[in-house]
Amino acid sequence: MYLNQFLFLAAFLFCVGVYGVLARKNAVLVLMSIELILNAVNINLVAFGLFRESVAGQVFALFVIAVAAAEVGVGLAIVILIYRNRHSIDLTEVDMMKG
Amino acid sequence: MLENAWIIPALPVLSFVLILFFGKRLPKGGHEIGVSAVAIAFMLACVCAVQWVQRPADLEVHGPVEEHAAPGPMPHANAVAAFEEKEPGHEPTEGGGQEKEGEHEAEPIRKPVVREVTWFDNGQTRVRAGTHIDGLAVTMMFVVTLISLLVHVFSTSYMHRDRRYTHYFAALSLFTAGMLVMVTANNTLQLLVGWELMGVCSFMLIGHWWEEQNNSNAALKAFFTTRTGDVGLLVGIAVLFFAAGRTFDIAEINAAALGGDLSHGLVLAGAAALLCGVIGKSAQFPLHTWLPDAMAGPTPVSALIHAATMVVAGVYLVARLYGVFWSGFDIGGGGVNAVALVGGTTVLIAAALAFVQSDIKKVLAYSTVSQLGYMVMALGVGAWTAGVFHLVTHAFFKGLLFLGAGSVSHAVHSFDMKKDMGGLREHMPTTYRTFLIGSLALAGVPPLAGFWSKDEILLGASSNGYPIFLVVGLLGAVLTAAYMTRCVYLTFFGDYRGHGDPHESPPAITVPLVVLAGFSVFAGLVNVPGGEWFAEWTENETVLSAGVAHHSFSPIVAVIGSAMGLVGIAAGYAYYWRNLGPHRLTQSSGPARTAYRILEDKYGLDRLYTDGVVSAIKGPIARGAYWFNQRVIDGVVNGVGIAARGLARFVYDTVDQRVIDGAVNGAGMGAEDGGKVLRLMQTGRVQQYALFLFGAVVVLGGTLVLFTTG
Amino acid sequence: MFESWALTLVVFLPTAGAALLIAVPRRAESLMKMVALATTLATAAVGVAVLARFDYGATDKLQFEVDRPWIDVINSRYHVGLDGISLPLLALSMLITVLCVIYSWDHFPEPHNPKAFLALMLVLETGMNGTFVGQDLILFFVFFELVLLPMYFMIGVWGGPNRQYAAIKFFLFTLFGSALMILAFLALYFKGGNTFDIPELAANGGSIARDTQILIFGGLFMGFAIKVPMFPFHTWLPDAHTEAPTVGSVILAAVLLKLGTYGFIRIALPILPDASRAWAPWIGGLAVIGIIYGALGCLAQKDLKRLIAFSSVAHMGFVMLGIATLTDYGINAAVFGMVAHGLITGMLFFIAGSIQERYGTREMSRLGGLLLQAPRLAWLLGFCAMASLGLPGLAGFWGEFPAILAAYQPAPGLSEALFRFYMVVAAVGTVFAAGYLLWMYQRTAFGTAKKEFADAHVHDVHVPEWLAWAPLLILILVLGIFPGLIFGVTDGAVQTVTSALQAIGD
Repeated sequence: MYLNQFLFLAAFLFCVGVYGVLARKNAVLVLMSIELILNAVNINLVAFGLFRESVAGQVFALFVIAVAAAEVGVGLAIVILIYRNRHSIDLTEVDMMKG
Repeated sequence: MLENAWIIPALPVLSFVLILFFGKRLPKGGHEIGVSAVAIAFMLACVCAVQWVQRPADLEVHGPVEEHAAPGPMPHANAVAAFEEKEPGHEPTEGGGQEKEGEHEAEPIRKPVVREVTWFDNGQTRVRAGTHIDGLAVTMMFVVTLISLLVHVFSTSYMHRDRRYTHYFAALSLFTAGMLVMVTANNTLQLLVGWELMGVCSFMLIGHWWEEQNNSNAALKAFFTTRTGDVGLLVGIAVLFFAAGRTFDIAEINAAALGGDLSHGLVLAGAAALLCGVIGKSAQFPLHTWLPDAMAGPTPVSALIHAATMVVAGVYLVARLYGVFWSGFDIGGGGVNAVALVGGTTVLIAAALAFVQSDIKKVLAYSTVSQLGYMVMALGVGAWTAGVFHLVTHAFFKGLLFLGAGSVSHAVHSFDMKKDMGGLREHMPTTYRTFLIGSLALAGVPPLAGFWSKDEILLGASSNGYPIFLVVGLLGAVLTAAYMTRCVYLTFFGDYRGHGDPHESPPAITVPLVVLAGFSVFAGLVNVPGGEWFAEWTENETVLSAGVAHHSFSPIVAVIGSAMGLVGIAAGYAYYWRNLGPHRLTQSSGPARTAYRILEDKYGLDRLYTDGVVSAIKGPIARGAYWFNQRVIDGVVNGVGIAARGLARFVYDTVDQRVIDGAVNGAGMGAEDGGKVLRLMQTGRVQQYALFLFGAVVVLGGTLVLFTTG
Repeated sequence: MFESWALTLVVFLPTAGAALLIAVPRRAESLMKMVALATTLATAAVGVAVLARFDYGATDKLQFEVDRPWIDVINSRYHVGLDGISLPLLALSMLITVLCVIYSWDHFPEPHNPKAFLALMLVLETGMNGTFVGQDLILFFVFFELVLLPMYFMIGVWGGPNRQYAAIKFFLFTLFGSALMILAFLALYFKGGNTFDIPELAANGGSIARDTQILIFGGLFMGFAIKVPMFPFHTWLPDAHTEAPTVGSVILAAVLLKLGTYGFIRIALPILPDASRAWAPWIGGLAVIGIIYGALGCLAQKDLKRLIAFSSVAHMGFVMLGIATLTDYGINAAVFGMVAHGLITGMLFFIAGSIQERYGTREMSRLGGLLLQAPRLAWLLGFCAMASLGLPGLAGFWGEFPAILAAYQPAPGLSEALFRFYMVVAAVGTVFAAGYLLWMYQRTAFGTAKKEFADAHVHDVHVPEWLAWAPLLILILVLGIFPGLIFGVTDGAVQTVTSALQAIGD
């Protein structure tokens, strides 16, 4: 019972995040949704770490937080650059990589 | 001389070579070489004959062992004797002493003179060539060289100014050589050499005037027909070679055949095969058809072929290998056997044909066939001496008749008795007289040569248990006398029907006629009752060890035999001179006309051979085989070639260009097309990619869950 | 010294001559002829020396033997040697080449080019001589195949109108056989103790299992039978002969065909005795079919050369019948038959070539009266026809009759009844031979010349022809009278072959 609540929470957060990533047009919101996903993962890691009585989960969570910080940094920089070039951060318009 | 008898055949061979290479440059065109060589050979043959007669008779031969009742070593006795005397220095053991079972105590005979050299070695067999001179060989040498000499002399005048005078004499020499090689041979191979050599020479001489297609056809026919018989000879020699223990030696073969060790079937096979050769060479029914056609050659050649060489070779073969025939066909047993049957049939068939010929040479040719039938029949009924004796006497009078016919045709330039002859007895007295003597001798009028030999044949047939052949012989005698009477009448009596004014021939032609006439009159006396020298001289070991029966002179047979001849002459006389009997029968009577037609048609045999067998082989069969070759076998080969080319084209066009190259091209094109399709997915939209990502994760995760928990 | 070099000289002198010939300038035609003649004569001189120093008392032993490593990887050696079977054939090959050079002296076939023609002839001689002395399968094979190429060019370049077809047919047919033959050689190598050495294989060969032997023999059979050629693999022969230039026909008939029969005697019989026994009735059967069939083919011919070509099929049938009996009589007859056929048929082709040269045609229906227009030529034709139909006293007889004789009693283990049947058929074949040869003679020599040639001035035999032909004519006669000259040489060697057969068979 103890573990399930965390897992349900994480799953809910994950689904919200996925929805945000796929559905929103605003690049910043997409970045934030990615953060939600990562946090959902962090919750899972910590919860399992507690459950298995291992510190590994918490250590991984710390790693993820660090990587997320960097990722957001880079992501926001790209968003700013896109904005500067196109005066929009609508992702549906950013399809220059089309094959 | 008997040891050096090889010189006799060697002389004409030498003469052949000399004439061929130098004949044209000589003043007489080469005949001087031919005549002198044969003359020397004749003299040497006479020397041989004298030496043979003087040779002491010291070889004792014992008659056959009475059937197989005698046990043990007896069947070998003859073979042993035959071997021993071949060893020079070995005196023949007086083996008779311990062999008391021997049936008749025959008189001792002269030992044959054998001289051999090694010819070649082949597979552990040493084949020895050499001469085997006994009474038979001596007699034959004498007859052959005599007739050949006379023919040579005759030809110098008869063939004068011929287109190929030199070649003619060269071939004549080789012909004589062939016969002499054959009669002196000590082994079957050497015999075959002489035999075939004569075949070639007859080919050359029958086709002497080869510009005419008829002549060359006749030459080819003679060669093919005898060659067909030779199949039997080749097979027979092979059979006897192995049967007698791997030897070609004639004496050994005879001894083995009489020895009784061999299975009867084997000897019979050998004898039957040899008989085929005899039928071909000696023009016996049914292969006699070449002989009348062989008249296409110059007349002296016909005399040589018919009297002393070629056709008598077959008879000689039977006489020489008598042991094989004797035991193979069981001649001593009486009744009917193949040899006698072939001979007897030939006697009558050929004699009947002689009646319908208008060409004088063809009458004589059929007469020869008929007389050869007598000889073969004589040998077939066990009258060995009679057969050989008839061969000799026949050589004289038939040589005489042919040369006489040559003399006549020399005068009238034709051979047609009905159109171009008649009444010649006044114009050509010598020819007429000699021809008449020859005819009477042939008809068997006593005491001429033909009477004695024919009488012996009839005697043999009646005493050895061959009554049918006695009848055949008597009937043949009537026919012979009748057709010769007709021939003489048409040629020498009545009115001259030809052109020009015929004259007696020059001495080169008449002298041989007179000589032969002399022999025809007196030759019979060497074997008269009471002084049977001929039998004593010629009968050899084979004949005696076979146990050929001797019969004393029977007046009844002699009287009947000569009466038959006289009946024939009388009938002819009545028909032609007195114009009695049913003339113009062929116009009034249907059966007679049919019979005449059959005879005209030569029983259809010629047509059967020429149109049936030869044309079929030369025409449809050969063409069929060639068609098979070109269409079927070559068709397969070409088909394989065409198929290979087609396959290559298929491989190149389809497999190589389409499949393999197609695969290479297809790989490239596939990649391109695939890219075209896939690029549609590449929208450039991050969120769409993310959708694929999550979708894929869901699918993979779902799969994982499904399979790991399931 | 001479012993060890003689055979190598015999084989490679012609090649050296050919190389020399290539260096001769194109214009100097007479020099080319001299070089070619000198080469062949020198080869023949070495050959005569070999003949003189050959030990006739030991014909069953290999003499003048040389055995050196050649291709070590596959254990193939340069092993040459001469025994009684090879000797007559080697002599024949050397003689024929000399005579062909002499005959070519003043008539080269179109398109002329004597340099190439003579060089090819010399290369051909290397191949032929090499085949007869080679005692190693690979060496044998190399020489055997070496012969193909010059002959292909001879037919294809100097041949008649249909030469392309004939040359390709000849080449492919024989190459097909060779392919199977080399397979058989490889099989022998692996089954016979990893060696290509013929005498060694002959010693080991009997140990190969019977079924395997039969298969291997099949491969050898195809290779050799096509070369012989046996019915039904003969169809390349008439075409090749008809189209080939005269000299090509002569070499083809006189020597090349013998490579096949020689292969049977040298390789197939001694190495594979069991298989020989199993195959012999079939070979004998095909041989007698060939005798009759070749004769019938002859009877249907209109072309003189084609007739002679078909007669080869018949004559080689006698040779193969002799071999099929597996007896010493038969094989002696076969070797004699090979030599005799080489002399006689070679001679016939020479004459046919000369007739064509004089009349410009070989159609027998257009010829006639040769005896009137060129009597000597016609006499020679008659002589050769008589020799060819197996007249006793001439060479042809000793190839035919002993083969017939041998068929009466084949080697133990073979069906006597069957071979006696073959004997009778073969004997009947002699009548056919008389038929087609004399019929040919009648149409060409007898009668008078046809209208178109009635006034033609025809040269009789001239000097180069006499020079080229005299040795053949003399040999035909001498061998016919003294067959011991060849039987004496071959007998010993043949007995070793047959004794190998006996030893395994019993």
